[in-house]
Amino acid sequence: MSQALTATACMGLDSGLSLRTSPAPTVSADVATANDSETPDRRRVAWMAAAQAGDRRAYERLLADSVALIRTTARRQGVAPDGLDDVVQETLITVHRVRHTYDPGRSYDAWLTAIASRRAIDALRSRGRRDSRELHDDYALDRHPDADDASAATESGQRAQRLHEAIAELPPGQREAVEQLGLRERSLSEAAELTGRNAGALKVNLHRALKALRERFHGEP
Amino acid sequence: MMPEPSSHEALIDRLGTGLVPVRRLLPPWLRTAGWLLVVVALAVGLLLHYGAAPMLRRWAATPDLAWAGVGAVITAISAAWAAFALGVPGRPAAWAWLPLPGAVLWIGASGLGCLREWIAPGTEIASMHQSADCLVFIISFSVPLSALLIVLLRRACPLRPVLTAVLIGLASAAASASLLEICHAYDSAATDLLTHALAVVAVVGVNAAMGGRLLSKA
Repeated sequence: MSQALTATACMGLDSGLSLRTSPAPTVSADVATANDSETPDRRRVAWMAAAQAGDRRAYERLLADSVALIRTTARRQGVAPDGLDDVVQETLITVHRVRHTYDPGRSYDAWLTAIASRRAIDALRSRGRRDSRELHDDYALDRHPDADDASAATESGQRAQRLHEAIAELPPGQREAVEQLGLRERSLSEAAELTGRNAGALKVNLHRALKALRERFHGEP
Repeated sequence: MMPEPSSHEALIDRLGTGLVPVRRLLPPWLRTAGWLLVVVALAVGLLLHYGAAPMLRRWAATPDLAWAGVGAVITAISAAWAAFALGVPGRPAAWAWLPLPGAVLWIGASGLGCLREWIAPGTEIASMHQSADCLVFIISFSVPLSALLIVLLRRACPLRPVLTAVLIGLASAAASASLLEICHAYDSAATDLLTHALAVVAVVGVNAAMGGRLLSKA
């Protein structure tokens, strides 16, 4: 279990009282352009309350404003720089799905940090699993060096380059499917949420893309 | 694979497009009260059937059993409350300690039952067969109570699914043990206590194994 993420909330009836003491969320433009003199957390609390009521403008500002905090949280959990954007996306998707669990009587930052930390840990775990499946045996690598390292590296580099070019030339829908499902190893539902396409369309596009790539690399003389 | 900087904007735009107003989750204590209402309804049903007299007579004769019953009730309430609190992101993990005092009272007072034969030699002690009935009772009441908690918590966002599932198991096992007090025909003894412990461990274990998975999809 991860460490306690906030130290603010205390046990007791406070959670119950917050229902009555929290300001009623109002859907209005002035919430979205909240006063700059407020603390950033207060501003985000107002935006989230408005977003829960359906204010799209407040919601988009809030999410854009949240990216930096998510990145900081993920970095603190030990996520490598190249993994930060993935954690940001996963966190934003989770925020969207569970936005009803936010209580405007409490800190938005604490709520967001808890979700971001969990997504960061998930990312570290899935990366750990991927790494453990791959072969990392320095001894074996030393004992069995490639016959001619330089030319092999060049050749595999060229192959990767050709594959990337081929993917880049696919129609946009197919390219998206390969990137999300193949290269980034997302699940169908995650990819569907990220791209806004339905799972069936993604599957068909992946299938077509793989067929096109296969023909290109094996079909050609 | 680094997504290009604009990819967050694209995602935010898509999420904004799908924005609909949401009904805010009720505070944890109110959701706990809702679940407890179901437990109370079951208790009323059992009391109407068995009456309160046998329970009160048994408690008067062996006060430690009454304390164990009180401990079980406190454990059920506090474990359910802690589970609902952990279903809200940002609440401290320290909530998981809330059921501890109740559980200590429950287990400690029940433990005295082991010494029953020395403390009150005259009381009726359960046979193995009767103890098996207790096991079936606790488990069969725990299953629907756990299921209800899991359904309620899937609407929340338990970021620590396994810990939450353990609390769910504890809450439903304690609630079932409290209900058992109403229709328990005999006093606690080593055999009986063992089956209670077995039932509680089974309920908590199954919840941790299955509930954790069910909750993490939520």
